[in-house]
Amino acid sequence: MNQKRNKRDSRFIVAHREAWIGVGIAAFNFIWWYGFAYGFGSQPISHYHYILGFPAWFFYSCILGFIVVTGLVIVFVKCTFKEIPLEIEEERDEE
Amino acid sequence: MNVWVVVTLFLFLVVILLIGMYMGRYVKGPSDFLQEYFLGSRQLGGFILAMSMVATYGSASSFLSGPGTAYEMGLGWVLLASIQVVTGYFTLMILGKKFAIVARKMKAVTMIDFLKTRYQSKWVAIFSAVSIVIFLFSSMAAQWVGGGRLIQSITGMPYISSLFIFTLAALIFVIIGGFRALAMTDMVQGTIMFVGTMILLIGTIIAGGGVPHIIEQMKAIDPSLITPYGPHHQLSSAYVTSFWLLVGIGVVGLPQITVRAMSYKDSRSLHRAIIIGTIVVGVIMLGMHLTGAFARTLIPGVTVGDKIMPLVAMKVLPPWLAGIVLAAPMAAIISTVDALLLLVSSSLIKDITLNYIRPNMKETSIRRLSFTITTIIGIIVFLMAIHPPDLLIWLNLFAFGGLESAFIWPILFGLYWRKGNKYGALASILTGVGLYLIIQLLMDHGIISEPFGLHPVVLPVAVSLVAYILFSLVTDRRIDKEGLLQENQWLS
Repeated sequence: MNQKRNKRDSRFIVAHREAWIGVGIAAFNFIWWYGFAYGFGSQPISHYHYILGFPAWFFYSCILGFIVVTGLVIVFVKCTFKEIPLEIEEERDEE
Repeated sequence: MNVWVVVTLFLFLVVILLIGMYMGRYVKGPSDFLQEYFLGSRQLGGFILAMSMVATYGSASSFLSGPGTAYEMGLGWVLLASIQVVTGYFTLMILGKKFAIVARKMKAVTMIDFLKTRYQSKWVAIFSAVSIVIFLFSSMAAQWVGGGRLIQSITGMPYISSLFIFTLAALIFVIIGGFRALAMTDMVQGTIMFVGTMILLIGTIIAGGGVPHIIEQMKAIDPSLITPYGPHHQLSSAYVTSFWLLVGIGVVGLPQITVRAMSYKDSRSLHRAIIIGTIVVGVIMLGMHLTGAFARTLIPGVTVGDKIMPLVAMKVLPPWLAGIVLAAPMAAIISTVDALLLLVSSSLIKDITLNYIRPNMKETSIRRLSFTITTIIGIIVFLMAIHPPDLLIWLNLFAFGGLESAFIWPILFGLYWRKGNKYGALASILTGVGLYLIIQLLMDHGIISEPFGLHPVVLPVAVSLVAYILFSLVTDRRIDKEGLLQENQWLS
């Protein structure tokens, strides 16, 4: 019984940590998105500078932001996400 | 319009149909019919899962009305659309492995199965099922109208015939193949959406003479088109930011998305789906809306937003390529419609009939009932789409927000907070949906404007959060914890 409980808990510990990583990435994504869009974008248009033709706020917030967040997602999933079984294992243990 | 466009579209429908029929043979196999028909026996791989999420999520609005609004509002609207990158990873990471493990333990087939077992409450299940049927039925019907109109505008056939063709295409393979066939066709449709978006964006940039030139032109038309605020400062930062709730993190509460989060095969599929989903959603949402914004310099003076995307495709691409690109919104609509159709029929069959009306139904009768109900719903939607009633259009506009207000907290807290209970869940569902509809109703009649300048979904979600926590804490003593734990050993 004890062993079974430990086993179940350990899978949830992994799952909980990964959910928190999701929250963390979303929070980072939000700050990046908001900071660049309204930090640079609220200037008068005459002060805008342009990167690859796009206004800087748009380039940083939407285009670079998408690339950076995708990069983060890839790194976190590849390096920190664990492969755990999802199937029910209780039948075996309950005997 | 053009023969090649029609031919390509027709070929696309045939390919989808063949895949549906091919996958349909699994349903006839000996496995558990409900698990297979409504969930594909939890066997989705990573790529299919990602594409299925994207195709279900990306609907008529991503390809038709979204770019149309970007045409009008400029880059500010693209900024808003780019929030949707979050949905690519957030839902799967948050529900993640815990939802998959728990759903397997419960043998849950629908989101409501999960809620019912977790909260041990008939009323939670019934109210959830009713909300799903009402909201999703309306949003399905609206997509149906969109599908009919799209075929009409491409082929030039009358609306009713177009609608009929659309109905046939949408119905046949849901009925034959169920969830697995849907997921397989979603894979094809998601790929078409992805490739179509890239082609159209590149074609538009080339036709417009490069990004710097296009941006210059946009600035010349109206300088506010290249600011985050849009013409006449219509897009305040608070308003745009509040879409993080509606189209970003709130998507966790959409049943058509959560059901996919319990359908994948193993951890590895989940990992791949998170990465692929993020890339694909990002490219489609950014690409489509950017195309819409850029189109302002290519085709000035369009008044009907939904026509922008087809017009641009016809203008900047050779006809056969335009056909492929125009298959993208078609794919988006069909895949959304079918996901919703299956979900509504699973709510009616699994969540209502099998749970409360006839629990001891035989497998063969369930099978027959599933096909019958799915067909009947399809036909009813078809009939309603001929002359869509106002109520339906109205409900559809709020389906996203309504479902999110109802389900986000019962799902999240159900999964992650031990003390969450049925009273909290019920309070959350009722206040969420009720408050949302009231706010929308008052706004419609011009009695109030957006509360605090935010999207109307924000307030109900916040209030239903408070309701959930408050009611759960206050009623904590009245809960039969022994019984609850017996059914939910994973909570211990």
